[in-house]
Amino acid sequence: MLSDITLGQYFPGNSFIHRLDPRTKILATLIYIIAIFFADSFLSYAILTGFALAVILISRLPLLMVLKSLKPIMIIVVLTLGIHMFTAPGETVLFTWKFLSVTQEGLELGVKMSLRLMLLLLFSSVLTFTTSPIVLTDGIESLLRPFKKIGVPAHELAMMMTIALRFIPTLLEETDRIMKAQTARGADFSSGNLLQRAKNMLPLLVPLFISAFRRADELAVAMESRCYRGGEGRTRMHELLYKGIDYAAFGTIFALTALLAFLRWGTALCAL
Amino acid sequence: MSIDIKNICYTYMRGTPFEKKALDDVSVSIDKGEIVAVIGHTGSGKSTLVQHLNGLLRPDAGQVAVDGISLAGKDAAAKKARQLVGMVFQYPEHQIFAETVYEDIAFGPRNRGFEPEEVDKQVREAMAFVGLDFETFARRSPFRLSGGQMRRVAIAGVVAMNPDYLVLDEPSAGLDPRSRNAVFKEIMALHKSRGIAIVLVTHSMEEAVKYAKRMLVINQGRILFDGNPADIFKNHQQKLVEVGMDEPQVFKLAALLRKQGMELPQGITDDVTLLQMIKKAKGWR
Repeated sequence: MLSDITLGQYFPGNSFIHRLDPRTKILATLIYIIAIFFADSFLSYAILTGFALAVILISRLPLLMVLKSLKPIMIIVVLTLGIHMFTAPGETVLFTWKFLSVTQEGLELGVKMSLRLMLLLLFSSVLTFTTSPIVLTDGIESLLRPFKKIGVPAHELAMMMTIALRFIPTLLEETDRIMKAQTARGADFSSGNLLQRAKNMLPLLVPLFISAFRRADELAVAMESRCYRGGEGRTRMHELLYKGIDYAAFGTIFALTALLAFLRWGTALCAL
Repeated sequence: MSIDIKNICYTYMRGTPFEKKALDDVSVSIDKGEIVAVIGHTGSGKSTLVQHLNGLLRPDAGQVAVDGISLAGKDAAAKKARQLVGMVFQYPEHQIFAETVYEDIAFGPRNRGFEPEEVDKQVREAMAFVGLDFETFARRSPFRLSGGQMRRVAIAGVVAMNPDYLVLDEPSAGLDPRSRNAVFKEIMALHKSRGIAIVLVTHSMEEAVKYAKRMLVINQGRILFDGNPADIFKNHQQKLVEVGMDEPQVFKLAALLRKQGMELPQGITDDVTLLQMIKKAKGWR
């Protein structure tokens, strides 16, 4: 039943990408997204796509699985392509049908925009595929720490995220157990009209809420009994440390960005 | 009349990196009126196995039939067959939801479609079975009861469905010794008076030896041994230790005494018999 749900989309592995520091991956993803907006020629897009595919290859994720993560935005991609194709102004008309006409420029712009969207999602899903949620939270906390001065509660946010992530599987398991127990007592969760169904959920929701509150209470007591007092001066078991591979990754992503910047503005710079 | 399991396999999280095979080609049949203990260490697949007995889990391969009716079907017959097998989960008190003890116990029988008078009768009987006085407890909130009492309410909720087979997944977990003995006494009384078959999932060798005539030892998703508990402990002691099981204290004590030169017969399963045998060997009265 519910136990077959995996949380997030973390795909365990030990590749180069998996071993990178979470901060490296988060920052690299951000830089890549910025780099995407540098691209204007088809060559730049080819480089970006090649880079994304190479990263997926290095991470040893099944390509098909990563591509599947594009599914939810497919509608937006098709819509983008369509709108650009039919509305962008241009000279070279490829074909006309009634009041709709497709221009070369429009088609090119449409393809580029759709590619942009797909690359954006593809690259960020590599981040979530190769980083477990807990490690990701650690990385976010560490990156947010400098903003503490302007009042961002970095540690508290990270702690809440960690606890939420930690308890989603537990609550799912609990839901599964209670559902099974009530099904064994003849409860029916799937038939009847809306009102009937809502009423049928009661035997599931009441025990679930009771156990969630009990767990929250126990966790609070456990944290306090171990002297939890927020993030001030707290040391960690897994210190985040930039290593050689992280510098290599940063170097590569900066090189990519520089290359794309050159492709866009390079000729203009040379002309100066 | 029996529950028949034929060649079932079951895998959790199929098709993900977290895939785990829980049952591997298991066949077993449980007759009406039997008491069967199912033992195995954590993760051996015993809970997965018993969840197949009333169709809560559907096997990836193989069949489960109750009294000759396959549980795989979606028709009324299959639904009815599933309800012949009552299932008490681990920590069953966590499934309690109603405002009064009466309402909670009546949930199952109502879902089974019993008439109101029948529901009332079943609730009263079930409460009597688990030793909860109707007048005292029926109208109280189940959430104000002690742990042992809540467990009894939960067990009564399943008993009130009047099943022919009753599966209990570690019914004594987390209870103090007195409540534990009381719960088992009630289950045995139920077995005697209604002839219900009992399937008892447990970690405790003592419980298996004390209450069951037949024991299934599960290891790595397969049935390792199937037979009389005392015989299994006697003949396969080494293997049981290997798979993470331990023999009952009574056996250990008897073995120690034998080592010291006391002449004791094999296969003593409970403390009272052991005491008698020691008295006999020592010539005490």
